[in-house]
Amino acid sequence: MSPSVRPVHVEEVEEVVIRFAGDSGDGMQLTGTQFTNTAAIVGNDISTLPDFPAEIRAPAGTLAGVSGFQVHLASEDIFTPGDEPHVLIAMNPAALKASLGDLMPGGTIIVNSDEFTPANLKKAGYDRNPLDDGSLKGYHVHRVPITTLNRHAVEGVEGLSTKEVDRSRNFFALGLTFWIYDRPLDNTLKWIDEKFGKRPEIAEANRRALLAGYHFGDTTEAFQTRYKVKPAELPPGDYRKVTGNEALAMGLVTAAHLAGKQLIYCSYPITPASDILHTLASLKNYSVVTFQAEDEIAAMGATIGAAFGGAFAVTGTSGPGMALKSEAINLAVVLELPMVIVDVQRAGPSTGMPTKPEQGDLLQALFGRNGESPVPVVAPASPADCFDMAIEAFRLAVQAMSPVILLSDGYLANSAEPWHIPTEEELAQRFTFHIHHPTAAEFGNGHGFLPYARDPQTLARPWALPGTPGLEHRIGGLGKQPGTGNVSYAPEDHDRMVRDRAAKVARLAEFIPPLEVFGAQEGDLLVVGWGSSYGAIHQAVDRAHFRQGKSVGAVHLRYLNPFPRNLGEIMSRFEHILVPEMNLGQLAMLLKATFLRPVISMPKVRGRPFKISELSAKIDELLG
Amino acid sequence: MSDVIQLTRKDFVSDQTVRWCPGCGDYAILAQMQKVMPELGIPREKIVFISGIGCSSRFPYYMNTYGIHSIHGRAPTLATGLKLANPDLTVFVITGDGDGLSIGGNHLLHAMRRNVDIKIILFNNRIYGLTKGQYSPTSEPGTKTKSSPMGTLEQAFNPISVALGAECTFVARTVDVEQKHMADILLRAAQHKGTSFVEIFQNCLIFNDGTWAPVTDKDVKDDNRVILEHGKPLIFGKNRDKGIRIGRDLQPEVVSLDEVDESELLVHDEHAESPNLAFMLSRMSYPRYPVPIGVFRDVDHLTYEEGVRKQIAEATRKRGAGTLQALFRADDIWTVRSHDGHNGHHEVEHPLFTMAE
Ligand code: SF4
Repeated sequence: MSPSVRPVHVEEVEEVVIRFAGDSGDGMQLTGTQFTNTAAIVGNDISTLPDFPAEIRAPAGTLAGVSGFQVHLASEDIFTPGDEPHVLIAMNPAALKASLGDLMPGGTIIVNSDEFTPANLKKAGYDRNPLDDGSLKGYHVHRVPITTLNRHAVEGVEGLSTKEVDRSRNFFALGLTFWIYDRPLDNTLKWIDEKFGKRPEIAEANRRALLAGYHFGDTTEAFQTRYKVKPAELPPGDYRKVTGNEALAMGLVTAAHLAGKQLIYCSYPITPASDILHTLASLKNYSVVTFQAEDEIAAMGATIGAAFGGAFAVTGTSGPGMALKSEAINLAVVLELPMVIVDVQRAGPSTGMPTKPEQGDLLQALFGRNGESPVPVVAPASPADCFDMAIEAFRLAVQAMSPVILLSDGYLANSAEPWHIPTEEELAQRFTFHIHHPTAAEFGNGHGFLPYARDPQTLARPWALPGTPGLEHRIGGLGKQPGTGNVSYAPEDHDRMVRDRAAKVARLAEFIPPLEVFGAQEGDLLVVGWGSSYGAIHQAVDRAHFRQGKSVGAVHLRYLNPFPRNLGEIMSRFEHILVPEMNLGQLAMLLKATFLRPVISMPKVRGRPFKISELSAKIDELLG
Repeated sequence: MSDVIQLTRKDFVSDQTVRWCPGCGDYAILAQMQKVMPELGIPREKIVFISGIGCSSRFPYYMNTYGIHSIHGRAPTLATGLKLANPDLTVFVITGDGDGLSIGGNHLLHAMRRNVDIKIILFNNRIYGLTKGQYSPTSEPGTKTKSSPMGTLEQAFNPISVALGAECTFVARTVDVEQKHMADILLRAAQHKGTSFVEIFQNCLIFNDGTWAPVTDKDVKDDNRVILEHGKPLIFGKNRDKGIRIGRDLQPEVVSLDEVDESELLVHDEHAESPNLAFMLSRMSYPRYPVPIGVFRDVDHLTYEEGVRKQIAEATRKRGAGTLQALFRADDIWTVRSHDGHNGHHEVEHPLFTMAE
């Protein structure tokens, strides 16, 4: 514990959930990220949830312009950013209004009281000042005149306008939060130096603001308690913090590296997938090629061309882009070339809510194309899992000679958690690629080469690369003859090709790991989830089964097509099946259709991830 | 490749039966392409033909090289991806006026703008053939077709102007019935480094027969077209007695060589960095002007894939070849150690944490 100038009470807590909320110009994402980084470095388990408007600059002071960043830190394993913030830092009335409903009863609110002016209250839709009208009675409210205090602190730094001075306010709030949670400032001070090295006056302002906030906590009587969250007991090893998009980008680079392939990422900018493009574009010294295409269709076409050329070809997009790509994905299906299509799902339909997550593209991924178009689909369960599933997606693509769709979502993409950095040996153990490019010598100088001959085990066709002498061949989107791939409209040829492609994808079930049940292995209720709802489901089932003794188990599907081969058998061991998902019941529909048994769908389409409490309530309701 | 095998036209003929309508202009283009291939001196396995959808897009099936018959309008995108994966390949895009300028217009423009090293051959028959005779984006205004019984209301695209507007580095036009000229142009297009764009006037005898008659009919063609040759004045006519000069209004002007001296004529410069002259020539159309045939523009720019490789080389030189561990660790790292081997207690080490206890 760092020394304090006055006696304060130090309370040890297992976890805390803090939300930083302000105007989108207030730098709340940055503040939250800095707090998270420091928490992670001192060994807390962390999970974050950024929540920002789609507009780059929504009208200042309005509810539409509120940008929030929620961080959950704990001394034990955590899986979600937390249901309800314990602490809310609200930089203006709109931020208070937008977040208050989520705050834990009895929680702490720190407001920048300077911003509670009549004009700002009006913009936020308050008739009366909530700080004065008693409406916040159930909370611990700290009014801190952050703008004023910060101006004093930064006074005397040359070359800054008042606007620029005020822009450092978020560092004051951050400093205060660091004090309350007894976190060191070093990491952020270092970051300020690196980030603003070229603008020393801004660096100085931010530094002063940060320290002023910290010392304010130390000296003011208002804050009687500091909280300490002990380091989490994570398995030994090296850790870093990753968001889903970062982990995904690293997974793609790793897959290419392990497979000895050139990574080519072809994409058109779209929220919330663009960060993958940005990350990969900065990795040119890893031989990563990124191609910013003229549109979504071109990105998909270039991916197919790159796959034909023998690269590890990937495209990344979100729902509207998937819709545009669907014709070209179908071409990839019939060309039978390996590639990965990343869909970072967002709330739809149409443009929908670009920065809000949803799991509404599952059926689109499976069926959103003309004709019989089987495509393997995988979905990471957590930000860190995006790394593993990116590699898995390519493994399956190569194995089946097929495009593979990876369904992430806006929540996974932007949320962060600690990631155990794998060593080279661990990687080599966990992931192996068997890639073979045939040569003419294997086919009596190429005369016996059939571009659509199928491997008896995997049903995959050969990946013969242009540039290979003697294996010249033509492939295309027309109906074709098995083996030769020559154009054919013969009924038996079409029938055979349609069935072979379906069988090839179905057969992947033999090459994916069987499901493991968490909690009860049989009994009353099985919760079946997929994608980013893993954390909330896991925690709710943990509580229900291990703490309350309820007969509840959970499986989480990271492979959605084909399903893991033991899914049906596991489902048969339970009386009820509950399927929570951020759509109106798409997985539920698939399970009903596949296994011919009733399931209870638990849809959520609010652009927000599931809360643990929502799932716990549902489990209680079902099991009494 | 030390032992270069001398290939012949026949080596490029695939085993597939050609299925265009008898008499279609596409046959002549296929024949010239197969004839030109051996002259390139490129091994067959390094050549790829990629097409979209339409009559012309059957082309790859008939070439004994690598090939993809892709989807409508998207061939340039596949070609771009392929060149990024393997810049060594010689990649042709076979397209038509509908495929390349309507549904795939965007891709065509951007491939040219980027100067991807691909050779785009656009068969222009000013009609949709495969879907049985609707007007295309190059159909002349007023064209009556099944989908425009009272005549089209749309201005037609001029493919050469479009290509020049999109900064294409090699732009040429030839005609399906001019075997020798077509062979020369295809060869030059294939040898150009960067995007080549070749418009071929192609006759669709089923749905648009004779659409190019003014420049293909033996009796009149010499008066209706001018053959562009680098460094030479623009002279045309059956008796080579007419020429083009720039008038006072800065417009091209047809003049009689009986009245105007040859020295006053416009001299063609394919290598001019500015596309202005080429663009002006591209606007010359029948009947007011003779239609220019030949190479409009041929300039040397860095290709897209060369640029991509250059940046990778530069980044690698500056930052060193990346390793996986360096990638994983390019952020703040903390280490959780097994403290004393029992009761699972771990100590956290955070090197940045120096604030006093
Ligand atoms: S429809 Fe016209 S373009 Fe098509 S193959 Fe027949 S003649 Fe040729």
